[in-house]
Amino acid sequence: MIEIENLRKSYAGLPVVDIPALTMPQGGVTAIIGPNGAGKSTLLSLIGRLETPGGGGVFLDGENVRSFRSTDLAKRLAMLKQDNSLTARLTVADLVAFGRFPHCNGRPTDRDRAKVSEALELVRMTELKDRFLDELSGGQRQRAFIAMVLAQDTEYALFDEPLNSLDISHAVAVMRLLHSVARTMGKTIVVVLHDLNFVARYADHVIAMKAGRVVETAPASHAIREDLLKQLYDTDVAVSTRDGRTFVDVYG
Amino acid sequence: MNPVARVTRARMLMGLAAAECIVLAVGLLTINAVGDWGFVLSLRGSKLVTIALVAWAIPFSTVLFHTLSNNQILTPSIMGFDALFVLVQTLGVFILGSVQVSILDPHLVFAGELVVMSAFSMALYWLLYARMSHAIEVLLLVGIICGVLFRSVAGLLQRLIDPGEFLVLQDRLFASFNSASSGEQACAALIICLSTLWAWVRFPSLDAMLLGRSGAVAVGVNYDRIAKETFLIVTLQVAAATALVGPITFFGLLVVHLTYRLLPGAPHRLTIPLSVLIGGTLLIGAQVILERLLGFLGTVGMVVEFIGGIAFILLLIGSRK
Repeated sequence: MIEIENLRKSYAGLPVVDIPALTMPQGGVTAIIGPNGAGKSTLLSLIGRLETPGGGGVFLDGENVRSFRSTDLAKRLAMLKQDNSLTARLTVADLVAFGRFPHCNGRPTDRDRAKVSEALELVRMTELKDRFLDELSGGQRQRAFIAMVLAQDTEYALFDEPLNSLDISHAVAVMRLLHSVARTMGKTIVVVLHDLNFVARYADHVIAMKAGRVVETAPASHAIREDLLKQLYDTDVAVSTRDGRTFVDVYG
Repeated sequence: MNPVARVTRARMLMGLAAAECIVLAVGLLTINAVGDWGFVLSLRGSKLVTIALVAWAIPFSTVLFHTLSNNQILTPSIMGFDALFVLVQTLGVFILGSVQVSILDPHLVFAGELVVMSAFSMALYWLLYARMSHAIEVLLLVGIICGVLFRSVAGLLQRLIDPGEFLVLQDRLFASFNSASSGEQACAALIICLSTLWAWVRFPSLDAMLLGRSGAVAVGVNYDRIAKETFLIVTLQVAAATALVGPITFFGLLVVHLTYRLLPGAPHRLTIPLSVLIGGTLLIGAQVILERLLGFLGTVGMVVEFIGGIAFILLLIGSRK
């Protein structure tokens, strides 16, 4: 269980995250939504201890994430940032193998290799595994990074805008994959998303953020409603239901 | 490139480079040798030891520095090591005079240079990285500025001193493999070996550092600690090599990029041994050419950059086809 207590973070005196208390829903896909600058990425970075909080803390099953040993936390919680530029030339297989680092400390066993192949298979990248990342399209790279997080095989996985630079079919495939991984393997997946239709279709829970604060935590079916989204984004949003499915029209 | 093919290729390249090293080393020891073999071999053997130490430390520390700074176009000399060496030498001649400097105990000079360079870089690290900001860029930037400062001060002092003294000083400032004593060699070898072992243990974490800070932290690398250790290892190796032979970091970048080209995306346990062997080939080869073809007219740096530069351009042209 991920719990947040009095979590604060400021940049140059301006608060970007200020959350008195929040319990992340356990299991399933949780989408964090909100306008640019709402503090979504910073919140993920604080959970993944990439950033030091200005106050308060993030607790994983009661223990502060900052007091974990690095590899112990990485065995339980994985995270993919928004910007993944690398200076070194790595192949897809090399990259995905880094997901096994906390489990094998650089000396992969057969089990680690199996996990890597499995992850490559899940994102349909097996045929490209020996290609260098700089020889791939943006979408293929993104899938390689997602495979790395899957190979890490953690209870909790955080993704910051994983659908960036994916085409429609791969975006759908990735969301389906995350959804099914959460369902079948009982993992907790937290995703920052901008496309509200993906939220409506694939998220189980929604955390809505604005100006560093959590505005609402609710099941997705309850959170995707016009008054909340209008207030969140300061723009006209129409939510409709067709054949029992919810659609969000954001195009004004 | 698949991992099995890469390991095979790495073994082949390492074997080739090692063979070249051995042939060139035998050449360096024996070509044109006249007189007592015992004397010739101990003289030339000592030179070979110095070359081996430098060929070990510089490519090694350059690769680590690239991993640490997440940038493959820098050399550790950007932190001002070379400039600091020049400044220390210049200050010595300026304050004491060339005669006094030349009668100083060379071991003392060696130890002094080592301590000054290590102290400088650790001070930079503590003040800028650990205390102020965790941004390696700030550290590098201040390193560059310090380097410029050291170079300017040294340049000013060099203009102020007597031209005769300046000639002596200039001679001391060119990298040379001829002057190191066995005591200095042993001390440098100890430092280089210990730091190599230390780095060896950290190779898996260093590999993961190629993911950048956030990527490395996400897979469970204690980034700040490994970064600190790596910085210390780089410092010790560069300081030991520079104190041994003078400013020599120039050839590291060349050798390491040759290695990156030959073995793209390889982990540290393959990249580093190959770059060390290529470094050895280049340095020993350059010394043979300098001694046997050029009759000591020039410096080993010139030869290294001439041959290495051509090799690198050929490789670039070849890889475009």
